[in-house]
Amino acid sequence: MTEPLIDLQAVTKVYPGVKEPAVKALNLAVEPGEILVLVGPSGCGKSTTLRLINRMIEPTSGRIIYEGQDVTKGDPNELRRRMGYVIQQIGLFPHRTIAENIATVPRMLKWPKKKIKERVDELLEVVSMDPSIYRDRYPSELSGGQAQRVGVARALGADPDVLLMDEPFGAIDPITRDRLQNEFLRLQADLKKTIVFVTHDIDEAVKMGDRIAILRDQSEIAQLDRPEVILTDPADEFVENFLGSGAILKTLTLRRVRDIDLDPMVTLKQPVHRSQALSEMNEANTTSAVLLDEQDRPLRWLDERALNSSSSALERSGRPITVQLQPEDTLQDALSAMLQTSSGMSVVVDGRGRYLGCCTIESLAGLLLTQGNETSSP
Amino acid sequence: MSAAIVPTGLSTERKRRSLAAWTSDQLDLIVTPVLALILLVLLITVWSYSTFDPTTERILEPSQLARQLWQQLYVAFFSTVIVVAVAIPIGILVTRENAPRIKDTLVSFLGLGQAIPAYGLIVLFFVWLGQGAWTVIFALATFALLPVLRNTIVGLEQVDSSVIEAGKGMGMRGVQRLTKIELPLAVPVIMAGIRTATVINVGMATLAFLIGGGGLGETINAGLKLNRPTAIFIGAVLVALVALVFDFAGGLAQRYLRPKGV
Repeated sequence: MTEPLIDLQAVTKVYPGVKEPAVKALNLAVEPGEILVLVGPSGCGKSTTLRLINRMIEPTSGRIIYEGQDVTKGDPNELRRRMGYVIQQIGLFPHRTIAENIATVPRMLKWPKKKIKERVDELLEVVSMDPSIYRDRYPSELSGGQAQRVGVARALGADPDVLLMDEPFGAIDPITRDRLQNEFLRLQADLKKTIVFVTHDIDEAVKMGDRIAILRDQSEIAQLDRPEVILTDPADEFVENFLGSGAILKTLTLRRVRDIDLDPMVTLKQPVHRSQALSEMNEANTTSAVLLDEQDRPLRWLDERALNSSSSALERSGRPITVQLQPEDTLQDALSAMLQTSSGMSVVVDGRGRYLGCCTIESLAGLLLTQGNETSSP
Repeated sequence: MSAAIVPTGLSTERKRRSLAAWTSDQLDLIVTPVLALILLVLLITVWSYSTFDPTTERILEPSQLARQLWQQLYVAFFSTVIVVAVAIPIGILVTRENAPRIKDTLVSFLGLGQAIPAYGLIVLFFVWLGQGAWTVIFALATFALLPVLRNTIVGLEQVDSSVIEAGKGMGMRGVQRLTKIELPLAVPVIMAGIRTATVINVGMATLAFLIGGGGLGETINAGLKLNRPTAIFIGAVLVALVALVFDFAGGLAQRYLRPKGV
């Protein structure tokens, strides 16, 4: 195990005038490069815990270790400039342009002007916003999704090792949220930041987290593990209840089509003649096949009956293939794709659209049933 | 309100919004000069076409009017400067996170002060400080403190707390948050308060003559005492003109000091 980047040691927060601590003797180690999701019912202290890390809330007792140093004392502003911070309300400065917003921390750190300008453009590219369009705009001209992208870019301003994110996608509509989550995960694959992510949404936690800490009252850790372990092996009743019914279904989003053993199907590559097709299917002792074009891209489902009953060209017999899966798709995507087809079967293609194989509802079910015993990472 | 709620369809939205802003600015910055122009024309007409009897002529002696005008501006200017110099720092202090919770008490106390007529306040200050323009200046400063103080407090408190939170989370110090976020965003509201205070002070400076502070009140008073309606009229129109000019200047400042993007 590597040295943790952030280490909370017996951190307690008691608000003045309140008897019960909001966070009670919490020990939490965040490994470098991981997304650690803090999730729990409202009022469990997950947000407080996040804000203890950059001392937006000062701990009553305990120690905060960051990069091997005790940062419990000392200037909190210095500490915060080394950590990106993203909140649900975003909090862009409305009187500053997008570029000025993103440049906030680099400016405080007195970076040279030219470097700041380059950094701003780079970050806008990173969050897929065209610098020439957005650089000089004001936050009031952005949509919610764009504003949150700028919020992330601003948090990344001075290239901190750590990002603290407090329900960053909580106020965004579900479709945009899904897109932002995917974008963010893609981004993280390159950036490899250490991220502490707070949410109350278990689905978001499962999707985003390398590890998930499920918290109960006073920020007590009920379970801290990889999502697939939590979903298949909840530590106690509290976790089980929090996961809700259908925890096994949630594991569908954790695994990919590439985990399934693809079924071999008879393939017929164009140009092919009807009689040749029939004889090949007979030989393989099957009644259906996949018709591919010259570049190995799947075109149609063919079956014996369709071939025998009509004399139309092969390109017009059978059924067209409308739904295709790629190895990176989640099993949830696969399931919904297969349910759309009458055969309960879907072709899998590679990035260029070339045929790789077929996956069936049976092979997917088989994978789910063996899942309880194995906990391989996706 | 947060930026997150702004819907798409930006270009038309922006056009419509700027059109609305244009008309409101237009009202603000056109009605006042037009009114001032009408008054000016009226003043010149009355001045050129009336025949003054010797008493009126003595009251409206140009060099005397110029001195009174100058005194009026002097009183208005310095009382406003004092108001700004006192009210804004107090407003900032009482809105700090760790400030004692006195701002509500303070505002209602000063509200009581404003309930005393300016006339009474000037007399009270006279009893305390004696004659002269500076007594009037201090009295008016006290009287006009409330609008600026209240607007400073409101202006600072209406700044979206998530914006301040974000600044804090990025490691901006208290002073940086104040000067770079809170004050710029509060400027429109604070300016509105200063504008109100200025207009109050310009108008109330007319009362300075009561305790030997000079000003255009002298002309109006003489006209009243000696029953010279032309003198009263000209004195009153001059006061109104000065007030309108100050209001217009305040409007310009409000418009051009407002931060962009807000």
